[in-house]
Amino acid sequence: MSVIYLMLPFALLLGLGFTVAFVWMTAHGQYDDLETPAYRLLLNDEPVDGPARKGRDA
Amino acid sequence: MTSETATGPVETYRYDDAIAKKFLLATVFWGLIAMLVGVTIASQLGNWRLNFGIPWLTFGRLRPLHTNAAIFAFAGNAIFAGIYYSTQRLLKARMFSDALSAFHFWGWQAIIVIGAITLCMGFTVGKEYAELEWPLDIAITVVWTAFAVNFFGTLIRRRERHLYVAIWFYIATIITVAILHVVNSVSIPVSLWKSYPVYAGVQDALIQWWYGHNAVAFVLTTPFLGLMYYFLPKAANRPVYSYRLSIIHFWSLVFIYIWAGPHHLLYTALPEWAQTLGMIFSVMLLAPSWGGMINGLLTLRGAWDRVRTDPILKFLVAGVTFYGMATFEGPLLSIKSVNLLGHYTDWIISHVHGGALGWNGFITFGMIYWLAPRLWKTELYSVRLATAHFWAGFLGIVLYMSSMYVSGITQGLMWRAIDPTTGRLAYPDFIETVVRIVPLYWVRATGGVLFLSGVTMMIVNLWLTIARAPKEVKEEVYAAPSLRPLTPEALIVADRRPHRMLEGLPMVFTVLSAIAVLVGSLIEIVPSFLAHDYVEANPIRASGDRAIKPYTALELQGRDIYVREGCYTCHSQMVRPTEAETLRYGTYSRAEESIYDRPFQWGSKRTGPDLARVGGKYPDLWHFRHMLDPRAVVPGSIMPPYPWLVRDELDLSLSERKLRIMRTLGVPYSAEEVAAAEPSARQQAREVAARLEVEGAPQGLQDKEIVALIAYLQRLGRDLRQGVAR
Repeated sequence: MSVIYLMLPFALLLGLGFTVAFVWMTAHGQYDDLETPAYRLLLNDEPVDGPARKGRDA
Repeated sequence: MTSETATGPVETYRYDDAIAKKFLLATVFWGLIAMLVGVTIASQLGNWRLNFGIPWLTFGRLRPLHTNAAIFAFAGNAIFAGIYYSTQRLLKARMFSDALSAFHFWGWQAIIVIGAITLCMGFTVGKEYAELEWPLDIAITVVWTAFAVNFFGTLIRRRERHLYVAIWFYIATIITVAILHVVNSVSIPVSLWKSYPVYAGVQDALIQWWYGHNAVAFVLTTPFLGLMYYFLPKAANRPVYSYRLSIIHFWSLVFIYIWAGPHHLLYTALPEWAQTLGMIFSVMLLAPSWGGMINGLLTLRGAWDRVRTDPILKFLVAGVTFYGMATFEGPLLSIKSVNLLGHYTDWIISHVHGGALGWNGFITFGMIYWLAPRLWKTELYSVRLATAHFWAGFLGIVLYMSSMYVSGITQGLMWRAIDPTTGRLAYPDFIETVVRIVPLYWVRATGGVLFLSGVTMMIVNLWLTIARAPKEVKEEVYAAPSLRPLTPEALIVADRRPHRMLEGLPMVFTVLSAIAVLVGSLIEIVPSFLAHDYVEANPIRASGDRAIKPYTALELQGRDIYVREGCYTCHSQMVRPTEAETLRYGTYSRAEESIYDRPFQWGSKRTGPDLARVGGKYPDLWHFRHMLDPRAVVPGSIMPPYPWLVRDELDLSLSERKLRIMRTLGVPYSAEEVAAAEPSARQQAREVAARLEVEGAPQGLQDKEIVALIAYLQRLGRDLRQGVAR
């Protein structure tokens, strides 16, 4: 089972990386700004050459 | 949207909707084909006569066609339709290159057409969901790369800095599928349509199911979750329930999924620690999966009344619910003791169709009904017909899944039943367990027909919708400010939040995702190359030779015929270490037995019995009669007849080349054996034919394919049986 020497460091590194990333992101207020993207999705683009702006050159 | 909107001059752009239309129509077309083939093979299991004795219409060849068409043609085109539509709008940019879009579309369709033809002709690698031969594997890589360049080019040219969660799911899909496909498909060509994988036995099994499971994960799950996060809020006109949850959903899913592959190999000859690892990560998958499902369903808060009247929401809500069911059942089936009952049975078939028909199918249909009127600038022809489609499809899935549950659990229990008074198998004849479930195969086929009838309703509806669409539609012009050139320094100044920085740097994000996926993969795959760890040393006989011998040239040819006819779609070659299995088949399978198997043929389904120990179990004549007419020796058998094996000439012209390639890959053939491959195969063929003749078969079989197949079948499982000194 010598493969465990390959596996363990990788697994620990991954776990550690995640923990650091999570703590860092939380501390830097990443999760404060997670509302607007959900709403922005619902806004439809308005074509600039649509009926309201007829005649205008795009 | 405040601090990072430091932007450049306003630019105008148009969306390429023609490409989304093309992929949408391809989805519908291939969906119809995949389901027609599905209903055909479902009926073939009910009545063997429907195989018609025609090679390309036989179950073993049509089943890979069905799975490949459903996954890569139907679901694949659906993903592309949704991605091409939503990516442009989420990024406020036209696709990077119209030429690449067109190349992607026509290239993908060409691969599907050639794939369908070659699979019918029996050109197959013999690894599930990766059956297409090497020229097509290369074509897939080229087309997928074109898609990736097109997608990331669009990402770089985008006019919206924030990457909505759907885009992340698309990125993970593109990167991971590329890696999985390339790693699993590494093989050495023998001829234009035949190749041998570089991996053998247990290593091939681990790589294949790492691929196979992640094909489910990154073709049928992550891209559809991306579509869900775009089209469900759009259709409900409600923001996603929790954007935060969607981020957690994404990261946890991509990191856990890649570890779950070994749950396809529980109780096999794979080392137990790898099995346990796969099981644990599979059970963990329940959490992110259900987080995503709940996120999807709760998006409808305040809009549930509309599910009553809107068929689009019906499809999407039912689709997400099926996702929840399938991702509950997946972890359940990954628990070793549950898997012991469910594996190799129709329970798995029920599980995958809950996912494929319910989740992928219904999300696709919901998306199509939402997209079609918008793409063709008209109203849907009939909402009532779409609703009828939903109910037909839903009823079809219920019939399909419930019949296959009953069938799977019935057969699983019969296989393991042991009479407590005698200690013998309660149903020693495998055929007893088959005959019992045949009626359920007809219930399943009926469910399939219902689902298919729903799809025909959709085709009619779409036809009439498109027929009344305006003939000429001008591409509308949109305007948005361009983003300033993205440099990491500028972004750090603009926004110190790290996740936002990640989103702003698509290439960095891509690289990080790739590394994460690769690390997970390496941990599981690299160990398998340490052969002495994985495969116990090839046992040594009293006489001093190695117990496991390479196949003779004729046996290898027979094995290639076994692979060509798709025998692995119904027969496993893996006896699990349980009392019932060893009583039924013989000693349990060990890793070293398949060290020369390219591809491995452990199988995943036992519509017929396991064949790992079939060598020497029956006389040659039994196999001859069985292949010609299975019912002549096994009354009640549902196996198709293979008359062409007795008719077709045995082609050994490639034998020398085959042995030489095997020798390159490390199989201990001597140079003399390689040089004499064809004559020695002819000699063995004459011996088999002579034995057959003595037993009562017709003369002249030494030139027919059947002798090679019999030579292979009679070899299976024999090496370990002969005296081993350890």
